[in-house]
Amino acid sequence: MRISVNGQAHDLDVDPETPLLWALRDEIGLTGTKFGCGMAQCGACMVHVDGMPIRSCVTPVSALEGRDIVTIEGISGKEADAVRQAWVALDVSQCGYCQSGQIMSAVALLSVEPKPDDKAINDGMAGNICRCATYPKIRAAIHAAAKSLEG
Amino acid sequence: MGFQTPITSRRAILKGLGGLVLAAYLPSVARAQEAGTKPLPPLVPNAFVRIAPDDTVTILSKHIEFGQGPWTGLATLVAEELDADWAQIRVEHAPSDVKLYANLAMGAQLTGGSTAIANSYMQMRRTGAAARAMLVAAAAKQWKVPASEIKVEKGVISHASGRTSRFGALAEAAAHMPVPTDVVLKDPANFRLIGTDLPKPDTFVKSHGQALYTLDLRDPDMVIAMVARPNRFGAKATAVDDSQARKIKGYLSSAIIPQGVVVFAKSTYPAMKAREALKITWDESAAHKKGTKAIVADYMEQSRQPGAVAATRGNAMAKIAAGGTQIVEQTYVFPYLAHAPMETLDAVVRFDGQKAACHFGSQGPTIDQGAIATALGIKPENVSIDVALAGGSFGRRATASGDFAAEAATCAKAYGKNVPVKLVWTREDDMRGGFYRPLYVHRMRGMVAPDGTISAWHHTIVGQSIMGGTPFEALMVKNGIDDTSVEGASDMPYRVADFQCDLHSTKQGVPVLWWRSVGHTHTGFATETFVDMLLEKAGKDPIDGRLALLDASAREAGVLKAVKELAGWKGRKAGDKGYGVAVHKSFNTYVAQIAEVMRDENGQPKVTHVWCAVDCGVAVNPNVIRAQMEGGIGYGLGHALYASLDLDESGQVVQTNFDKYRSLRIGEMPVVDVVIVKSAVAPTGVGEPGVPPIGPAVSNAWRALTGTAVTHLPFVPGETA
Repeated sequence: MRISVNGQAHDLDVDPETPLLWALRDEIGLTGTKFGCGMAQCGACMVHVDGMPIRSCVTPVSALEGRDIVTIEGISGKEADAVRQAWVALDVSQCGYCQSGQIMSAVALLSVEPKPDDKAINDGMAGNICRCATYPKIRAAIHAAAKSLEG
Repeated sequence: MGFQTPITSRRAILKGLGGLVLAAYLPSVARAQEAGTKPLPPLVPNAFVRIAPDDTVTILSKHIEFGQGPWTGLATLVAEELDADWAQIRVEHAPSDVKLYANLAMGAQLTGGSTAIANSYMQMRRTGAAARAMLVAAAAKQWKVPASEIKVEKGVISHASGRTSRFGALAEAAAHMPVPTDVVLKDPANFRLIGTDLPKPDTFVKSHGQALYTLDLRDPDMVIAMVARPNRFGAKATAVDDSQARKIKGYLSSAIIPQGVVVFAKSTYPAMKAREALKITWDESAAHKKGTKAIVADYMEQSRQPGAVAATRGNAMAKIAAGGTQIVEQTYVFPYLAHAPMETLDAVVRFDGQKAACHFGSQGPTIDQGAIATALGIKPENVSIDVALAGGSFGRRATASGDFAAEAATCAKAYGKNVPVKLVWTREDDMRGGFYRPLYVHRMRGMVAPDGTISAWHHTIVGQSIMGGTPFEALMVKNGIDDTSVEGASDMPYRVADFQCDLHSTKQGVPVLWWRSVGHTHTGFATETFVDMLLEKAGKDPIDGRLALLDASAREAGVLKAVKELAGWKGRKAGDKGYGVAVHKSFNTYVAQIAEVMRDENGQPKVTHVWCAVDCGVAVNPNVIRAQMEGGIGYGLGHALYASLDLDESGQVVQTNFDKYRSLRIGEMPVVDVVIVKSAVAPTGVGEPGVPPIGPAVSNAWRALTGTAVTHLPFVPGETA
């Protein structure tokens, strides 16, 4: 089986039912994508497939042949740059473990909604749990990133 | 071990870099006014500060960073006295070594009780001052000028003659300088870094997917271990059939261990599949089979009788017995709670038969070294722990038994080969694995006089002791009272002539543990909602009423006044919004909060705004303090509103993942405004004290809005037992 991650092809010799999360982490060695719940509840495992945010913990690799997978290590573009810059400038993270997933969701949100209001942020980020409750800073960072994209 | 994902190696700094290596001990220069009652340990700057030729200054943090900011805080203290440029500062975890890295408040290498800054304040400042003095001495020697004429500012050493140097160029020479016999610390008026918002040194990697947690450690020889645990606490595996597991590619072997049955596999997903495929026979003869409902009913009954007296003055019992209709009585129920940090428990252990090399987010390396040594039958000094970043803990990564560290060691021993074994817990393992905030029932009775004074207060608490049965029992349990069961209740701050707080310590087969703010998680809720009800009965304003029951100089009064001003308090209700206040001291930090609460479309509480005032002494890192208040409010609010860890009537855990153990999400997080009360008192912690006031503030606001007192948590029960 062959999947494309961050523009690179990877041949995998695993059970086709293996969730993408574990293929990324154990087989390909990309550990920025995190395990949090294993049942699409927390968003720590968020990656992009063909530009859409998906939860890699419940997505089998067999469903991803020929698709374009992007992880936190490979995310690029103006939204990604703006989001990461805002995350650093505002010192968003506490334990940091969920932040890869938060950033992937935030980039996806800004890609479809360049100037999200608080409601759009609530909706776009509802799938990502942060047990440290960095939510006020996540919200502020998304607004800051949106603002930087205007200019 | 050669990790494929290279961990920043502490050894690279120890061996690879030249530079400042201060081998000699500096004599202890404990000054009574600085050190308080305990003498400070000898200065060992070498253990905490490395200055490399490339001019980077690396601080070794004796406290684990899992979100509460000790990396930033400890580095700030060193950098302040070193007069370093913040941009040159790096931080790493110190390795396990209790002689060098003990928490001075505890005597063990352990992070907890919100003590990181409090116990490090003088030690880290003195360390920075010592390193600075040696750099200055090196410059004086090289430049042939008196040390007293040398200045250090923002990482630059200079002399009026025009000579200047950065730290890196002088680090090697400084290492050979005689150690100063004393260090002079800055007058706080001259602080340049302490009290300012400094960028956190762990932010960049955490914003780029580059931070390495235990789960991220990889090695070509690594084996993944997962443990099948029983459905009920206390059950034991007696037999295992792995014939189905053997069909799974990547499965290696399995073994019965005290915790259950461990499965070994080459990677994580095969380990999960193989674990599911095991057929295990369990002996449940000693298993815990009591459900939450039965436990609550039992505790309710016990609460009708006074327990062992934790604190008493006057005669509250007699006064209440004679009180008649003036009595206010209220019961409270607090469920078991899981910590549920984002990173589930994990640890890497490599055991060669003699020594164990361990890598994991160890919150208490001294405890874990002992637990691992016991599990392996070796001496603690043969156990080394490289401390990793952890994806949260909230207390879970420190247990008195070193539970998951010992389990990882047991797994490594069971595997029996000299390879790194990584123990991985799934979310279900984490939620079902015990070590919960204990379930408590409180019964409170009080009397209020028409003038708003409280004439009697009787508080009975029923629940499991966290410290009982652990090595901490001798220290922490006195006369049957585990202070962590009554802290915040037995010493509640309000003036009451006749007062009693007593405790029934119960036994259950459910492992319990400290959970972010420990006893204050429930005592703060009970005392602060109860005093609010008494004040309402007396017709008093919640803030002015509290202030009247406190000494004017009390720090509780200070934060109450500050939060009142911050929120522009106008009373308990305005239109469709209710307002509630709570104030609570924990870990010597004082926090007051005001919550603004509305009804949502389902008639449930929606917390829209929280104002918070905190007095934690000297504010070392205001940005970290504000973040911890926000985070503590979010953590406390999410659990108060939504979380309950229940056992069904057969003793099995009901909520096993975030689908049923509901966590606060972004749309449920209120706007938070924080004010830090100015103080010159020695700093105290902020990791936990933001938690206790939010639940009672919301409950008081809800009562103001609806007339209903929420006293059985959570506010919004989900699927329960």
